[in-house]
Amino acid sequence: MRADRRLFFKSLAAVGATAAAGGTVEARVKPVALPDALGLLYDATRCIGCKACVVACREANNTKPDTSNAPGHLWDMPMDLNGQTKTLIKLYKSADGREYSYFKAQCMHCVDAACTNACPLGALKKAEHGVVAYNPKLCIGCRYCQMACPFNVPKFEWAKTFPKIVKCELCRHRSLGAALRTADGFSRYPRGQGPACAEVCPRQAVIYGVREELLAEARRRMAANPGLYAPKIYGETDAGGTQCLYLSHVAFGKLGLPTLSDRPVPEIQEAIQRGVYQGFVAPVVLYGLLGAVIWRNRRKAQIEEGSGEKRIDEGSVEKEEKP
Amino acid sequence: MSAGEGKTLAARLLTRPFRVLAALVLVAFILIVWRLVAGLGATTALSDAYPWGLWIAFDVVTGTALACGGYSMAILVYVLNKGRYHPLVRPAILTSALGYTVAGISIALDIGRPWIAWKVPLFVWSWNLHSALLEVSLCIMTYTGVAWIELAPVFLERWHPESRLRKLAEAAHRILDKSLVWVIALGLLLPTMHQSSLGTLMVLTGRKLHPLWQTPLLPLLFLVSCVAIGYAAVVFESTLASVFFRRPRETEMLAGLSGAMLPVLGAFFVLRIGDVILRGRLPLAFAANRYAVAFWVEAALALAPLLLLWPKHARRDAGNLFRAAMLMLLAGALYRFDTYLLGYRAAPDVHYFPSVPEFLITVGLLALEVLGYIVVVKLFPIFSGAPRRAES
Repeated sequence: MRADRRLFFKSLAAVGATAAAGGTVEARVKPVALPDALGLLYDATRCIGCKACVVACREANNTKPDTSNAPGHLWDMPMDLNGQTKTLIKLYKSADGREYSYFKAQCMHCVDAACTNACPLGALKKAEHGVVAYNPKLCIGCRYCQMACPFNVPKFEWAKTFPKIVKCELCRHRSLGAALRTADGFSRYPRGQGPACAEVCPRQAVIYGVREELLAEARRRMAANPGLYAPKIYGETDAGGTQCLYLSHVAFGKLGLPTLSDRPVPEIQEAIQRGVYQGFVAPVVLYGLLGAVIWRNRRKAQIEEGSGEKRIDEGSVEKEEKP
Repeated sequence: MSAGEGKTLAARLLTRPFRVLAALVLVAFILIVWRLVAGLGATTALSDAYPWGLWIAFDVVTGTALACGGYSMAILVYVLNKGRYHPLVRPAILTSALGYTVAGISIALDIGRPWIAWKVPLFVWSWNLHSALLEVSLCIMTYTGVAWIELAPVFLERWHPESRLRKLAEAAHRILDKSLVWVIALGLLLPTMHQSSLGTLMVLTGRKLHPLWQTPLLPLLFLVSCVAIGYAAVVFESTLASVFFRRPRETEMLAGLSGAMLPVLGAFFVLRIGDVILRGRLPLAFAANRYAVAFWVEAALALAPLLLLWPKHARRDAGNLFRAAMLMLLAGALYRFDTYLLGYRAAPDVHYFPSVPEFLITVGLLALEVLGYIVVVKLFPIFSGAPRRAES
């Protein structure tokens, strides 16, 4: 009996220890961006807040203007990304009004995305070119992606009886990545390809391309305009890297971009899951152990009872119970 | 679990409490129909900022812990071989089966696209093995079935003498008895997996969960808390059943049980407070905000039953035992509720308070659980031991 009990505690302790050690286990390889990963570069210093991108997004993705907050319901005025708005221009203004900046919100297309980690059936998945794509046929509407996303990007159609998750998919329904490589080393994209928002921007405040090229362009702009930009490309390393990148003249926190470490968001959680469930060995072993212990206890009870009746009850108590 | 072990309560079914509970269930079912027709936005206070609300935080995450009595008792009786607690197992497994079933109904209501849910167990090729939620949902589905199978002998015993079902019931009983070891083992394995994974789920929310709750230790804390809550739920349920069905109290047995729950609760308390201290987060508990208040309320609720049950003689006092169990239930329930709701904030300036339909559906589902309990203990042999003292 004592041996069994020790066995039980040992196995429990093993599971507990693996779970507890999760935070420090580094078995997982940190994913890096694909060489053909596509994304956006948004430059807050160039944006004039014309919202042409918002309109183009609506046309390309067939979403209805959100007039619910506008006086008289006269114009498109979403307060945030929502079930019918995949991109949005927001305005940040300091209290004294001297400092201000626009900010374009849309899915960041994380290199190692928390939402794809959360999704039980893989309705959200990293697709071609690293785009975080949505497949409603596998979506049960659990909204764990919303809980997990550090940027609060996936939105839900709350008003509908048959709702879906709504988020930017980098206009993957238009063709992606059919680029013409030009002499300057940067790719150019024919009209009608890639994200509609980047296509219509009159100031190249949002441009589209291969992540590596976008990073090079961001560095070029920073070098050409010393002192203009905050000394960082947001998304280069944040949350393990994102495919949508930001340049800004104000602190990124003021634009609503969260301060995250350089480690991918799913890292700790996945280390725990891996630690406990690697190859599903621990559950199978635990199941076997439990079965063996229960079987032994039952047999012992039957023998002590001295009859064929199979039961574990009062009959077997006195000997093993300490007062 | 074999023939002739338990006793039915030959009592009247349609009592006044029964009718009140039935009315609450009816209200909830009308609202459920409305929810399914009008959608989540029209019937709940949920939003993009608070995608998970009362139903997940209370009905599912807290509710399944309250339904861990079957799990906790199975550890004690089948693994640690404390056979003398066996009479407490059947009622505990009944509350588990009912609790998990009700949690399943809540999940079906809460998910936005329930018509896709059947794909979760069947679309094996689509399984995202990184998803803790996949594991939780598969485990909860399976465990609900396992809990009812563990309970099946109760129904089979009752149906034995009735001629038509007799052969079938006897055959089923034989098969069940042979494989019961593996069913019980499954009934232990699955809660170990999904109750800890319920903690893992919130690890992924990262900085959106307040640092007083966010820790890689969440799975362990959730596992230990569900075992503690499980024992407390057994004491709670057994005491109430004694009072309402005028059965003799099981104080002797419950006193012994409290000896088992004390170390579990103690472990939870040490892990919880130790984690906050070692991770250097204790200063946050002295901020003037709701997070700090919630943290201290949780800590006090966990400490109180430890102190109440510390002296051995205090465990033999039925009233004291009941109070301690209540506090323990509250401590564990609040810890889980806070981790999922109060401690979670996607952005500053977002708020959530459950809507009236959300509340009424939660209340109605709880009523359904109590109703199910009353019906089953009156019609089937759940309780064992001495007969009831009075007819009523």
